[in-house]
Amino acid sequence: MDKVLVSPQEAVKDIQDGSTIMFGGFGVAGIPFALIKALYEKGTKGITAITNSPGGRLEDFDLSILFRKRQISKVIASYPVYAGKINAFEELYQKSEVELEVVPQGTFAERIRAGGAGIPGFYTPTGVGAVAGEGKEKRIFDDREYLLERALRADFALIKAYKADRMGNLIYRMTARNFNPVMATAAAVTIAEVDEIVEVGELDPESVVTPGIYVSRIVKGEKYDVGFK
Amino acid sequence: MSGLSRELIALRAARELQSGQYVNLGIGLPTLVSNFITDEMGVVLHSENGALGFGRIADEGEMDIDLVNASSQPLTLKPGAAFFDSATAFAMIRSGRIDVTVLGAYQVSENGDLANWMAPGRKAGSIGGSMDLVSGTRRVIVVMEHTTRFGELKIVTRCTCPLTGYGVVNTIVTNLAVIEVTPEGLLLREVAPSVTAEDVQAVTEPRLLLADDLREMQL
Repeated sequence: MDKVLVSPQEAVKDIQDGSTIMFGGFGVAGIPFALIKALYEKGTKGITAITNSPGGRLEDFDLSILFRKRQISKVIASYPVYAGKINAFEELYQKSEVELEVVPQGTFAERIRAGGAGIPGFYTPTGVGAVAGEGKEKRIFDDREYLLERALRADFALIKAYKADRMGNLIYRMTARNFNPVMATAAAVTIAEVDEIVEVGELDPESVVTPGIYVSRIVKGEKYDVGFK
Repeated sequence: MSGLSRELIALRAARELQSGQYVNLGIGLPTLVSNFITDEMGVVLHSENGALGFGRIADEGEMDIDLVNASSQPLTLKPGAAFFDSATAFAMIRSGRIDVTVLGAYQVSENGDLANWMAPGRKAGSIGGSMDLVSGTRRVIVVMEHTTRFGELKIVTRCTCPLTGYGVVNTIVTNLAVIEVTPEGLLLREVAPSVTAEDVQAVTEPRLLLADDLREMQL
């Protein structure tokens, strides 16, 4: 079994217009820059993006480039806008050219986890009494109120890991892990961009974070100088 | 009457933390609190992007893009640190394992309602981890300037901005005062040097109760 593809372009070539795509990453860490660039070059439109943030901290490399080319029509996110700056997403949102569903971050993570675990929904205390609870089914367990939240799934997950073996087993590096292992479980096709590809048997089975069963395709990314300061 | 600098607000908030506590710091002013947490304090910092046990913000030569806090500032690690995914990070929060969270705010109300995710007049806001943190954490400390830079009151009878959570704030630390949210109302515990209780009341909408041992902050 060998899931390694030769290029990011080949890895995204069947992502059609209207696809729902999960994008890993948090802030500046763990973003699949090469896959985002390949999707930008391919020009897929009408994307529903499930992502913690629609980008803006590294705007020449992150999802900002897809917003500037108007490839994304809907965003499900927890941190869509930043204090003190307008990102490429918000420029479109102000003109009502993109839809937004804003979700508390823990609920966002758990909806994806549930989607990857075969669980259609769950109850959470987060958001009771706030806008996140409006229009949602409520239920009381042990004298506390909870909201029903639905699972999230996607056609594709574009994730970033540190190392992969050719079977798709993945390990991550520090806080670049974030949403990547959860998203890896919740899509029909998971594409992992990694810094290094090793032979089968080289990863310690005890240290594997994402087992290869969740990963369909692997590509090696490039080392970008993103100007992180 | 400007009271404390941002650094001193963070220092005063850090004094609220105790040995053995697991603590999450929000984005902005709360992040500054980490600069005043010494090793001797025995506090373990949690970040919702998947780290426990980190230390101060990294210097120029130590920065690594894969090691950041929730504000994307570069971190340093302490011995005993651990990494985990976002679902696990929030499982820790939701299940009550984080003892204290320090958050910023646009408004806090008399009964401890918090509004901190949607800026007045903006079409979109970022909830981030704040709603999970206030619903799952035992103690919520708000750190903020007492008023906006235009002089609008932030400690109000009723929040007008969209809520993050209702009745969730325990303590408010500002440039002017330390205030406790109690069932009887807002209790003024401490005032900043050269600030009086009357000064604080003048920029606080609800009526303040005065603590029996009301004193000047020790910094």
